[in-house]
Amino acid sequence: MSKITDMTKTHNWSGQKLVSIDHMLFEAPRTKHFMTGSEVLKEAVKRATVDASVSYPITPQSEAAHLIGELWAEGYVGVYFRGENEFGVMSEVAGCSMAGARTITTTSGPGTLRAMENFAQWSGTRAPMQLVLMARGINSPLTIQPDNLEVQYLLETGCMIWYAENVQELFDMSLAAFTVAEQPDVHVPIITAVDGFFVSHTREAVELPDDDIALQPYDPYAAPLPPIDSEMPPGRFLRDPFVMKSNYISYATHASWQWEIRSAVERSKRYARHLLNGLVHITGNEDAEIAFVTCGTASNQAKEGQRELEKLGIKSKVIKLRTIRPFPEEELIEALEGVKYVFVPEFNVVGWLANEVKAKLYGKVDVNIHAGPRVAGGMSLPAEAIIQEVMEVVNPGKGA
Amino acid sequence: MALDIYKINPEFRDIMPKEIIELEENATWAQNQERPRGIKELPETKELLEEHSLCAGCPEAATLRYVLSALPKPEDTVIVNSTGCTSLMFPHIALHTVHSLFGNQNAVASGIKRVLEWRFPDTQKDVVVLAGDGATVDIGLDYTLQSFFRQEKITTICFDNEVYANTGGQESGMTAKGQVFKMAPTGKKFDKVPMWELAKTSGCHYSVNMTGSAPKAVAKAVREAILVAREIGPTYLNIYTPCILEIGLSANEGLGEMKDQDKDRFASYKHVSPEAEEYLKKCKKEGLL
Ligand SMILES: Cc1ncc(C[n+]2csc(CCOP(=O)(O)OP(=O)(O)O)c2C)c(N)n1
Ligand code: SF4
Repeated sequence: MSKITDMTKTHNWSGQKLVSIDHMLFEAPRTKHFMTGSEVLKEAVKRATVDASVSYPITPQSEAAHLIGELWAEGYVGVYFRGENEFGVMSEVAGCSMAGARTITTTSGPGTLRAMENFAQWSGTRAPMQLVLMARGINSPLTIQPDNLEVQYLLETGCMIWYAENVQELFDMSLAAFTVAEQPDVHVPIITAVDGFFVSHTREAVELPDDDIALQPYDPYAAPLPPIDSEMPPGRFLRDPFVMKSNYISYATHASWQWEIRSAVERSKRYARHLLNGLVHITGNEDAEIAFVTCGTASNQAKEGQRELEKLGIKSKVIKLRTIRPFPEEELIEALEGVKYVFVPEFNVVGWLANEVKAKLYGKVDVNIHAGPRVAGGMSLPAEAIIQEVMEVVNPGKGA
Repeated sequence: MALDIYKINPEFRDIMPKEIIELEENATWAQNQERPRGIKELPETKELLEEHSLCAGCPEAATLRYVLSALPKPEDTVIVNSTGCTSLMFPHIALHTVHSLFGNQNAVASGIKRVLEWRFPDTQKDVVVLAGDGATVDIGLDYTLQSFFRQEKITTICFDNEVYANTGGQESGMTAKGQVFKMAPTGKKFDKVPMWELAKTSGCHYSVNMTGSAPKAVAKAVREAILVAREIGPTYLNIYTPCILEIGLSANEGLGEMKDQDKDRFASYKHVSPEAEEYLKKCKKEGLL
C-alpha cells in the first residue's frame, strides 16, 4: 500500500512526478489510446494524486468504481473502500473531504437520489470533493438505460455541475474539476456528469499524457474553512443558541451562506474558462438562424443533425454547454447573436436543460426557444428526430 | 496540534466576552496528555460545557461533561454528532466537532478516521461519534452497524433518552415496549432494541450499557472505549440520559431517575473482547487509565 510519507516535493507517494494542471492538460506530450469512459476515468484518477475514494456498485458506473479500487491496490490512491449504500458513501466521502483529503466517488441514477440529502450538505460545508455522475434513468418503470433526469435534482444543491460529451472530455474535465473545486475562492464540490453507457461503455480514441506525471497534491490548509483534522483550533465557537433556534440568526446565516456558495460557484468561471477552453463550445455555421443548445451526448447527436441540415441547405449551429452550474449565460447570449430559433435536444423527459435555458435567457434575448426533441428511458436521439422537429417548427407543414 | 487549543486573536482580545478570555486562560485540555484528568476537575475546568441550550436539568448536558472530561487526548479528538437535542450542545464546546445529517454520523466518522490515519500516520487522532438513540438506532442503524462490521476504529456513544426528544417526543426503537408517545398513540409495539448486544455481535470490542448517574463510571467507560478503539477496533457505549421533559420529570429529578434505572432496565452490561481486555491491562500499567 502507498504511504503519504513517501511524498516528496517533486513526486507523489506512488513516485509520479508532480506537475501543474496546465502542464498536464496543455503541455505534456500525449499519445493515442482506445478506451471506454470507465477506463479513461481510471487514467484521470491515476494522474490526480487522489487521497481517498469510497464506492458502491450501480450500473453503469460500477466498472469505473472497480478501476479506482484497482488503482488503490496499485498504490495510486490513499484510502479506498466500499460503503454500505449511496447515502453512506456520500457521507463517507464528506468525512474524507472534510478531514483534508482529495476525494472522488462515482454513482448513477437511483444512487444519486438515495444520497440526495448529502449533496446540499457537501456544498454547505464547502468541501471540494468530486462526484463523477454516470447518468442513468430513475426507476420506475425499471430502467438501467442512460437518461439524465437525475441532473435536474442536482441543479440547486449548490454543487458545481460540469457535463462531458465524450471520453476525451471526461478525462480532461475530471482533472480540471479537482483543480477548480479546490481553488480557495471556489472550494465547493463538483459533479462531473456524463451520459452513462454512451460514454462509460463506449470505446473511443483518446489522447493521454504519460502516466508518470500527476497533479500537485491537495493542500487543505489553503482552504477557506479549516479541515477537520485537529491541527488548528476549532473553527467555530458559538456562545449563542444554535442558529436554527432563532429565526433571525437562522435567516441571517442562511442568507449570507447560501449566497456565498452560489457566488463561489460563479467565481469558478474564470478558472473553468481557462482549463476547459471556454464554458461553451460552438460548431456549425457561424451565421446560422437556428441553434441547438446542448450538453453531453445530445451535443453529439445535434452535431450530426447540423451536418444533415447543412446538406439540405439549412444553416444551424450547436452551442454545447460545458458547465451547467455555473451556467454560462454571457457566452450563450453572445453565441445567440443573429439566431432566431433555439432547440434544446435532451436525454430526459422533463426537459430540465430547456427550462434552464428559458429561465436564463428570459427577457434578454429575442429568440423562439423550442424545448425538444426529448427522449427518455435510454432511447437514442437520432439525427432524423432532430431534423424532423426543426422542420416542423421552422418550416411548418413542409416536413423534413 | 498545539496544546493550547483555543487562542484568541490578539487584535480581538479587547472585544471578547469575559467567558472566552477565561476559557483561553484556564482551559486544561492538555493536562490529559500527562495524566488522565478525572471528573474531580469538572467544577474548575472552563471548557467542559459551561453553557448549553438544553432544558434545565437535562441529563444529556451533565453526561456530556463527563464524556468531555474523560477524552484521553482532546486536542487530537474529532467528535461527530447528529441532529437532535444532543447536537445542540456542540456549538458550545472548544473542540473539533462535525454536525452532518440526521443518521449519517458513523459514515462521516468512518471517512474522517480513515483519512486522518492516512494523513497523520504518526499521530494518534481519536474519532468519537456522539448521537441520540433515534440517530444511532433508527435512521442511522445501518450506518452504525456497518461501521462496526467494517471494524472502523471509532467509538460510538449513544445518548439513549428512549425518545425522539428534539422533534417533540416520538417513540424510537429504544423506547420500552408499551410506552405511549407521539406516533405510538396505543403504545410502542416492539421491545427496546438491545443495541449493546447488537454492538457485540456486530464486532464491537467493547460494549457497555449504563446510565449517566455516576460520573466516574461514565468517565472510565469513555476512556476505556476510546483507548480500545485506537488500537483494537470499534467500541460502543449506550448511556441512559432520560428526557425529563417527555417523561414529565422536573429539572432536579433526572439524577434520581437514572439511579433508579441503574438497578432496573439499565443494570450494567459490559462486553470486553479478550484482545481489548489485554490491551486495557497494558494501558493501566502505562498509567493511561
Ligand atoms: C432525514 C431527517 N429526518 C428527520 C429529521 C427530523 N429530526 C430531527 S432531530 C430528530 C430526532 C432526534 O432524536 P434522537 O436522535 O433520539 O436525539 P434526541 O433529540 O432525543 O437527543 C428528528 C426525527 C431530520 N433532521 N432529518
Ligand atoms: S427535550 Fe428532553 S432530551 Fe431534549 S434537552 Fe429537553 S430534557 Fe433534554
